[in-house]
Amino acid sequence: MLSIRNIDQGAIMKLNKILKNTFLIIIASLALSACATQTKTGQMQGDVYTGTDTVKYLASGVKDRVFFATNESVLTTAARETLRKQAAWLRKNSKITIVLEGHADERGTREYNLALGERRANSAKDYLMTYGISSDRISVLSYGKERPVDSGSNPLAWSKNRRSVTVKAN
Amino acid sequence: MIRILILFLVVILPTKSLALIEVDITRGNLNPLPIAVSPLSIDEKSRLNFNKILNKKDIGSEISLIVEKNLKTSGLFNPLNKDAFLQEPDIANLKPRFEDWSLIKAQALITGKVNFVDEKLRVEFRLWDVLAGKEIMALAFTTVPNNWRRVGHIITDKVYERLTGEKGYFDTRIIYVAEEGPKTRRIKKLAIMDQDGANNKFLTLGNELVLTPRFNPTSQMVTYLSYFRNLPRVYLLDIETGMQEVVGDFPGMTFAPRFSPNGKKIIMSFAKDGNSDIYTMDLENRIVEKITNHPSIDTSPSYSPDGKYICFNSDRSGYQQIYIMKSDGSNVKRISFGRGLYGTPVWSPRGDLIAFTKLHKGKFYIGVMRTDGSGERLLTENFYQEAPSWSPNGRVLIFYRETETNDKGEGFSAKLWSIDLTGYNERLVNTTTDASDPSWSSLLSN
Repeated sequence: MLSIRNIDQGAIMKLNKILKNTFLIIIASLALSACATQTKTGQMQGDVYTGTDTVKYLASGVKDRVFFATNESVLTTAARETLRKQAAWLRKNSKITIVLEGHADERGTREYNLALGERRANSAKDYLMTYGISSDRISVLSYGKERPVDSGSNPLAWSKNRRSVTVKAN
Repeated sequence: MIRILILFLVVILPTKSLALIEVDITRGNLNPLPIAVSPLSIDEKSRLNFNKILNKKDIGSEISLIVEKNLKTSGLFNPLNKDAFLQEPDIANLKPRFEDWSLIKAQALITGKVNFVDEKLRVEFRLWDVLAGKEIMALAFTTVPNNWRRVGHIITDKVYERLTGEKGYFDTRIIYVAEEGPKTRRIKKLAIMDQDGANNKFLTLGNELVLTPRFNPTSQMVTYLSYFRNLPRVYLLDIETGMQEVVGDFPGMTFAPRFSPNGKKIIMSFAKDGNSDIYTMDLENRIVEKITNHPSIDTSPSYSPDGKYICFNSDRSGYQQIYIMKSDGSNVKRISFGRGLYGTPVWSPRGDLIAFTKLHKGKFYIGVMRTDGSGERLLTENFYQEAPSWSPNGRVLIFYRETETNDKGEGFSAKLWSIDLTGYNERLVNTTTDASDPSWSSLLSN
């Protein structure tokens, strides 16, 4: 399972980007979460943060952020669930516009991380759009590794920092 | 705002013979050359004049201290303790008693004198081969008194060049990002300083996040990333006038800027819809060209010194690796094949090497490889370090390093460091605040 994931990760990411095919995203994420369960530790699944320490709420039950695996911009099952709730809330509140702030952890070069943050925020944007939110209401802002929420130098802190945060813009 | 172009009048004094001593720069600091830097002599009237203008009691000693510190920092020279000097500076400059200098094991000797002439600073210096008992270089400079530190740097450059056969890197500046505040809310400002940390100035106020400043070839302009109005865009700054402008009109984030070797273009990444590609913009006619066209992340571009090639960072193989291509974007070739991830490629000013950051098994390395990817050498390993920038002679790299925080997330700092191409002579570069993203200027005086 682990070896399959390693080989296919790059190819899956690229296809996902080119085709923007929702089914492929789901298949890839299933593969990821299936092998990641083997390394489940406290607030992380694989190396994706699953805790709620840093999470804020846009409305009751609507989390403001989703988390990513190292060097990844593929949405996890939990991330997709969060974004579906955000989409439902945005459909109900049609005047609200948002900024998706994409972030990376500190374990990467600054310039690559700026690009990675942008890619993560766009993963979230694409998913919201497939649930009916117009791109006019969404802007994207990458901070790379410039704005960590946790200043720790450990895997748990880094997992909290690999995120896309949905912020109300108006 | 800040003056870079200041005219120096250089006079080559007649000198009598060829050099016999030479410094082998490929050997790093294993055997630094013992050198005596005699304080520059100064007559009482000149001393008083400079004391009045510059508030320095003995400007001759001050200049020689700059030379001494530069030589020591290079790792190639071992400046000897002045307490052991037997000869008075003024006499030594006329005719050194070579037996006295060889007694303290000096192989080379620098002497000189300072005069106050027509409101100007006149500095004369001589380089002597102690073992051969001969003068091997003599130069005189005339400039405005405020330039006294630069005189020290230029003397060092001349001595370095005479004894190593390569241009120096001392009359240069570093532009960097000054940092303060907690790690989660860092305040960042553009700052500029002399290569030795003196004359530090902040160029922005810290109201917006700024990153990755880089000099143009004449070191009068800087391109950098600013989050002004929360719109991350590449900017251009004229250091002397303080004028700033956005580079191009892109509907999204532009980042990772650098100048082309002739200074006429800026090369950078533009990110849109989750995809970053490399673009250039001509600063004269504003024409924008797309150089890469690939659904992966393409960033950190850097030109070869002849402008014919570009090295860059891409994850088109699945992970961050280093690639080169022709400057029109054709003939893309991956060159990094070692273990781990590779980023921040920078082409050396000599053209033969590419410096990079490497991440492998949780450690960060600064290294160099040839432009075909062969001959990879890792120079330094640390918890976190990245973003090397070359000295103008291609012998030294400056980069930044961040510390690991403790369990409470405390103890974070970011500092500039330098290391020789040989992997020896790693040094902390002093800055008044925390610092990152250094970029080395060209040699200002030649």
